Amino acid sequence: MIEMSYRQILQNGVWTQNTGLVALLGLCPLLATSNSVVNGLSLGLATTLVLLMCNVAISLIRPLVRPEVRIPVFVVVIACAVTAVELAMHAFLPGLYTVLGIFIPLIVTNCCVIGRAEAFAFKNNVARSAVDGIATGLGFLMVLVLLGAIREVLGQGTLFSQAELLFGEWGNSMTLHLIPDYRGFLLAILPPGAFIGLGCLIAIKNVMDARVQRHIAARSATALMTAGS
Amino acid sequence: MRFKTVTSPHILQQNSVGQVMRRVLYAMVPGIAALVWFFGWGVLINLALATVVALGAEAVMLSIRGKPLALHLGDYSAVVTAWLLAVALPPLAPWWLTMIGVLAAIVVAKHLYGGLGYNPFNPAMIGYVVLLISFPREMSAWLIPHGIGQPHALSLLDSLQIIFGGAGSLPVDALTGATPLDVLRTRLGLGQTVTDIRNSPVFGVVAGQGWEWATAGFLAGGLWLVYTRTAAWQIPAGLLGGLVVMSTTFYLIDPQHYAPPWFHIWSGAVIFGAFFIATDPVTASTTPRGRLIYGAGIGILIYIIRGFGGYPDGVAFSVLLMNIAAPTLDLYTRPRVFGEKQL
Repeated sequence: MIEMSYRQILQNGVWTQNTGLVALLGLCPLLATSNSVVNGLSLGLATTLVLLMCNVAISLIRPLVRPEVRIPVFVVVIACAVTAVELAMHAFLPGLYTVLGIFIPLIVTNCCVIGRAEAFAFKNNVARSAVDGIATGLGFLMVLVLLGAIREVLGQGTLFSQAELLFGEWGNSMTLHLIPDYRGFLLAILPPGAFIGLGCLIAIKNVMDARVQRHIAARSATALMTAGS
Repeated sequence: MRFKTVTSPHILQQNSVGQVMRRVLYAMVPGIAALVWFFGWGVLINLALATVVALGAEAVMLSIRGKPLALHLGDYSAVVTAWLLAVALPPLAPWWLTMIGVLAAIVVAKHLYGGLGYNPFNPAMIGYVVLLISFPREMSAWLIPHGIGQPHALSLLDSLQIIFGGAGSLPVDALTGATPLDVLRTRLGLGQTVTDIRNSPVFGVVAGQGWEWATAGFLAGGLWLVYTRTAAWQIPAGLLGGLVVMSTTFYLIDPQHYAPPWFHIWSGAVIFGAFFIATDPVTASTTPRGRLIYGAGIGILIYIIRGFGGYPDGVAFSVLLMNIAAPTLDLYTRPRVFGEKQL
């Protein structure tokens, strides 16, 4: 197996194999908690942390685990990591913990965590696995924040509302009221808004990829022509 | 003597999309006339605004998708969607309400799903439900029909000002009131009996005063649609049948707590929905038996939502729910081909 460069790992996690836009894993937390930037950012950070911890731990214990029992071992490791993150959030960010509620413990069911453990961490060394965990987490976080921003602006006309839950006192001044006297567009906040928004994001990504492909094809064609002449 | 020597099939006229859509528009005229009579200029302004926005959105989406503009704009399908939605909106709905509804219908429900013929959900009803969920306050501000209380003398200019510039000094809140179905729902919740509620001035002979004439207009247009076979008769028949069975059953159990079947049929959007919305050939079931079941499902769901749900009327939600079921209904009710073994 050819080892991927760090650059490739990063690119895969953030763009080519993006959890939210390409693999469509972990849709439940993605759709449910992306109703504001702060919610999306918090869940994204928590998931990134879990991914990092799990990938590192699994990569470390790789020589000790027989392949036959790897899945139960993954499950136990992921459960431990999620519990640790959940308890930490409960202790240090109680406000945020109440807002995100069930979705923090539900990171355990996010398929991308066990997916990365099985597809990457179990086959690669610690440094690579750590980078992969961070890259995958960042990709997920990016989609969560983007979707959260779209839904928050459309739904309430604000950005970074309730930022004090994540950043403490000075978060109060972060809230931006983009549209004064906005009546609110409830659909964007409700689940249908999440589905429609995610659909649009996926479409935009596909269009961008197609453009890049066409650009590369056109450039290689001209390169061939100039080489031929 | 001359004989025609054409081969079969001997079809005299071509049923083009444009012709079907135009017939739907003609059939809506009597109902719209009644609405204008009882609710004033706002109805016409809504219709005009919705038509303009729908044609604009359709043109933009068609050019983005690289489709021929003239062919698809000329088939009137966007106009039908716009009219179906505009009729369902409160007569003095602010301009942005109509615009968001039409955009949701044309852009999201129609073109993102692949355009005319590919949309699994009725576009007009998607637009309506988006508005109903997002802006409950604006969507419930229905005018009191002309004839109850004082005659509302909103001139064309007044209506234009309210729709495009907000109420200002005009007494809009005094002119709006609960719809008959709203009244029924709230008062039943307060423990009043159906007989008491029906004595309230909102109600006329059969259903809501004023409203019942609009319903009659839509019934006339709808029957013409069925007569010209533009709409399949099985869908309205199934819908009304389902609603009658449900409402009669509950009416017989306790006539003081459940409104009579004729009230249910004649109020809200039932007649309009049965003949104009549920019969959309793209989103409805296509087999004869499937259409009956599809209609009956909508009728039963309307009664369930009205009687036990959170909204006073449920035509839009029922139609959308049965839209999801339509492909499955088609699969299981496929007519047997001659000679094929019965399963």
